[in-house]
Amino acid sequence: MEDTLLFDAVERFLNKEMANQELFYFEEMRKNNPEFDQQVVEMIYFIQELNKFGTQKNLKHILIETENKLSEEGIISRDPLKGTAKVIFLWNRYKRTIAVAASIAIIVSITCATLISVFSGNKQNNIKPLVEKLKEQDVKYKKLEKQIGKLKVASENQSIPEKPRMESNFRATGFMIDVNNNYIVTNAHVLNEAPHQLIVENNKGEQFLAESVYVNPENDLAIIKITDKDFKKIPALPFSIRKNNADLGEQVFMLGYPKQEIVYGEGYISAQNGYQMDTIFCQLSTLANEGNSGSPVFNKNGEIVGVISSKEADAEGVVYAIKSANIYSAITEMRKVKENSDIKITAKPILRKTDRITQIKKVQDYVFMIKGN
Amino acid sequence: MNNNGQDKNLLEGLAAQDKSSIEIIYRDNFQMVQTMVLNNRGTTDDAADIFQEAMIVLFEKSIDPDFVLTCQIKTYIYSVSRRTWLKKLQKQQRTASHTDDFEQVVQVDEDLDEHKQKQVSFEIMETALAKIGDPCKSLLEAYYIHKKPMHEIASNFNYTNADNAKTQKYKCLVRLKKIFFAEYKNLK
Repeated sequence: MEDTLLFDAVERFLNKEMANQELFYFEEMRKNNPEFDQQVVEMIYFIQELNKFGTQKNLKHILIETENKLSEEGIISRDPLKGTAKVIFLWNRYKRTIAVAASIAIIVSITCATLISVFSGNKQNNIKPLVEKLKEQDVKYKKLEKQIGKLKVASENQSIPEKPRMESNFRATGFMIDVNNNYIVTNAHVLNEAPHQLIVENNKGEQFLAESVYVNPENDLAIIKITDKDFKKIPALPFSIRKNNADLGEQVFMLGYPKQEIVYGEGYISAQNGYQMDTIFCQLSTLANEGNSGSPVFNKNGEIVGVISSKEADAEGVVYAIKSANIYSAITEMRKVKENSDIKITAKPILRKTDRITQIKKVQDYVFMIKGN
Repeated sequence: MNNNGQDKNLLEGLAAQDKSSIEIIYRDNFQMVQTMVLNNRGTTDDAADIFQEAMIVLFEKSIDPDFVLTCQIKTYIYSVSRRTWLKKLQKQQRTASHTDDFEQVVQVDEDLDEHKQKQVSFEIMETALAKIGDPCKSLLEAYYIHKKPMHEIASNFNYTNADNAKTQKYKCLVRLKKIFFAEYKNLK
């Protein structure tokens, strides 16, 4: 019997899927033919080992997930340099305002402490209440910080006064793939930052509410939909999305929001696989910063070949992008999960043989800032 | 002995790889293991690794039909973690200062030997899988690790139907088996 057929038989035997008659013959053959029996025993052992391997891999995956969850809560701490997370995701958290607020709090509390120690006769009695005051002050300054934030937002907001700007604690990028139903692709890890509210902002600074419709942490892709009634339909996609892999050395460019305005970047495909040979990703040689997560990567014809996801923490210029073919599999999977899913990519590619500046002008309306809280 | 109902449920949950049970075991026991490791010249990273390994040992026990937990989960995890960490320290020729155990300790040497043997075939399988390359690697992983059904694998890997994918899977298995046993002999 051929090895592949025998494997099929052995696996059905192990899963108890053999019909009675077949089982009878199978066991007869094992009894009468020691060589055959030996082969079967070997295969059974091998399949069992493979199954055990799979189970343990799965378990490890769950353990790591649990670990990550608990380290977010501060229960587990891993040294970030040595740990598994050597890549960093490229969204931008707003740390600066918090730092400013914290330093104000420190200065104020030191002043308070000094004042209290100067004006109070009995120093020891004042130690305990001071701690409580500090806490109170912390809360106050957080409130104050929020108000300052609102004020700042209001002053930025003068160009579009009819709508209040929404608060956000991160910034990333995404791009439109379906103009009829307003579906946008971004990274799955970006959505972790927006459990309450998801906002997209176009390059004119207009904000629209959106919601997550599909998330796949395995290949780090997510599809979101603009649900805001104020969003006006934009013309058909000027770019197509490539189904096969980009070539090694291919020149690429990208658009994203590492800052409050859209930023252009260039680079080339430097390897076909991603971090630790992950086949979902490819490697780019380019510079990317926090906020670039979800940025589209275009080739010279203006086709999308990838989606930026992360970069190597220890080395400059090593950026990982999800290969564009994964967008198609995400759509297929989304259609399976969501019945009546209306998503459809209808592109009218017009960017071939146009110069870079025209290409950028055409595609920038389709690249959005992703924000939220 | 001290095998209460909650521990039994948690163990069953672990055997089924139920996420919430695993999370509860982490929450109940991680701090204890971390304190032990940190008190004995380890880092928080070491503690996380040691705890992970202890979870795998406990899992292997939980799916063994003959296994009966004769002490609390807490005691078992502590004993396994303590033993593996002391062994690791010995390997690095560092000494531990483990004079006062704040937890009860049970004998786990046999379980750890068993675990070590299982780890050997696990590593061989990992090397073998890395060697066969794609698409075989991804295809076998989809089936044996992610437990995806054959028809889904067929569409993901662009096979015309589930039967074709199945044939391809068995071809890959034949190759993997060859490499697996070759590696096995290499080791001995």
